[in-house]
Amino acid sequence: MTDLAQSPVDTEHNGGSRRDFLLLTAGALGGIGAAIAIWPFVDSLNPARDTLALSSTEVDLAPVQVGQRLTIAWRGKPVFIDHRPPEEIKAAQDVDISTLRDPQKDSDRIKKPEWLVVVGVCTHLGCIPLGNKPGDERGPYKGWFCPCHGSVYDTSARIRQGPAPLNLAVPPYEFTSDTAIKIG
Amino acid sequence: MAATSSGAPPSAPARNYPRLIRWIDYRLPFVASLEQHLIEYPTPINLNYWWNFGSLAGITLVIMIVTGVVLAMHYTPNADLAFDSVERILRDVNYGWLLRYIHMNGASMFFLIVYIHLFRGLYYGSYKYPRELLWILGVVILLLMIAAAFMGYVLPWGQMSYWAATVITNLFSAIPVFGQDIVTLLWGGFTVGNPTLNRFFSLHYLLPFVIVAVVGLHLLALHQHGSSNPLGIDKRGPQDTIPFHPYYTIKDMFGLCVFLLVFAILVFYLPNMLSSADNYIPANPMVTPNHIVPEWYLLPYYAILRSITFDFLGIPSKLLGVVLSMGSIILLFLVPWLDTSPVRSARFRPVWRWFALLLPLDLIALGYVGSQPPAGFVVTLGQIATAYYYIHFLILMPLIGKLETPRPLPVSISAAVLAEGH
Repeated sequence: MTDLAQSPVDTEHNGGSRRDFLLLTAGALGGIGAAIAIWPFVDSLNPARDTLALSSTEVDLAPVQVGQRLTIAWRGKPVFIDHRPPEEIKAAQDVDISTLRDPQKDSDRIKKPEWLVVVGVCTHLGCIPLGNKPGDERGPYKGWFCPCHGSVYDTSARIRQGPAPLNLAVPPYEFTSDTAIKIG
Repeated sequence: MAATSSGAPPSAPARNYPRLIRWIDYRLPFVASLEQHLIEYPTPINLNYWWNFGSLAGITLVIMIVTGVVLAMHYTPNADLAFDSVERILRDVNYGWLLRYIHMNGASMFFLIVYIHLFRGLYYGSYKYPRELLWILGVVILLLMIAAAFMGYVLPWGQMSYWAATVITNLFSAIPVFGQDIVTLLWGGFTVGNPTLNRFFSLHYLLPFVIVAVVGLHLLALHQHGSSNPLGIDKRGPQDTIPFHPYYTIKDMFGLCVFLLVFAILVFYLPNMLSSADNYIPANPMVTPNHIVPEWYLLPYYAILRSITFDFLGIPSKLLGVVLSMGSIILLFLVPWLDTSPVRSARFRPVWRWFALLLPLDLIALGYVGSQPPAGFVVTLGQIATAYYYIHFLILMPLIGKLETPRPLPVSISAAVLAEGH
């Protein structure tokens, strides 16, 4: 009842500020709610569960000859498997890694020196480098050569020339026996 | 429009419209608006043929939507079926070959027309006060067109479709930190695949209608202050304008006929001239074609992207290439403020005129670079042409506007036209 004693101007001011408060908090909450409601729409564009489920591939290496290169599909991407001859291994190991754009020792990129396993997708803009088929252009480092924008990879699939920023990625894989790997 | 407040439809009462039209117009000023914007619309008396390309672009947009809607009735947006469904359209669907070739070549024509329209705006300074928003809406339309064209190109799911989608979506991997997550989000998988095709189809159907909406705003902004003209001076009175109909409707119709002749030659005699034969090979995620080239209308942006072969100020070459390539269009938004000259038309700008004509040559050079394998001389030419593009807008445009002495402007449009002896 004491409120009635206040001046009309003050009452109006109190009512006004309470209204402002309600408006701001309701507006902020509504805004946050709307922002959260966008997430299901965006996330629905991410890989679905069945897409994620197709994520490992087993490969039998027994028939692959020394010097032979094999292309395997894993998650819809090519994986290059190179049964490297000794001179390729030596070339990969002898590089001074401080000269590399993406410095990595050959030993950090392999599980067994004679088997190189990398994702065959150029790290520039996603083309498939040449070099996995007999007769393909392999570039000056005898590894792989991307025809799209001229990136050159060595026998450890490390970037040596051209626009690509990174080495060809090594996928997660393990040897399930001496002559078989499971990728993914 | 203010007249409606007094209860009478604008401009309608003076005419002896049938009762039905008066009934409608009193409630929805449909005929009156058509009359105002398509018939009476006061247009400068001196528009040349470069002014045909706006309405041509509008007509081409309609052609694209009509053929696209019918094509969508026959097309299957599924990675296993898409390629064959396009072949079926070409071989089995009645007149499917016609619809498909109109749509495919229509995209090229649409870009050709819009690029001419854009250069006309640049040469005659159409973007200057008070038409800045009109210009900006035009650049928005161009961006939407590029997005729509790219997604449409992916739909036939040939080799070029697949690898264009791969290379272009991978541009986003240049974004620091979140790049790869964004690319996965765009793909809906670990590579470009069926989810990607589905969403591209959805967006390819949506974007043209967004373009229609922005074109509506573009026209609204145009009719606010009226068309610009080759002299670049404002109209001073009725002696400077003529009604749009019949003077410019007939001129636009004539231009349309010439355009349709060229278009028909492409559609009927050279339907595959402008596209890559590789796109008639079904998409193969395991093999990249030896030479990836975009459609001709995207070659300059592609050339800029590839020209950046060096890191600069710690920015990796890949990111810099993407930024400069996209920046070449974003730059157009700033043109109304980069141009410091008070004179609109390059006709009265003795120095700028030559540079305004140099820009199309620069873009043709970039287009050539984009079409060639990136080696040797081509890389150098691409770097020079890219540098010129940015120097043109960021240095020459503001500088020449300040330094140059323009030639005297005519007193009025009608005075200039009469002096020419027409």
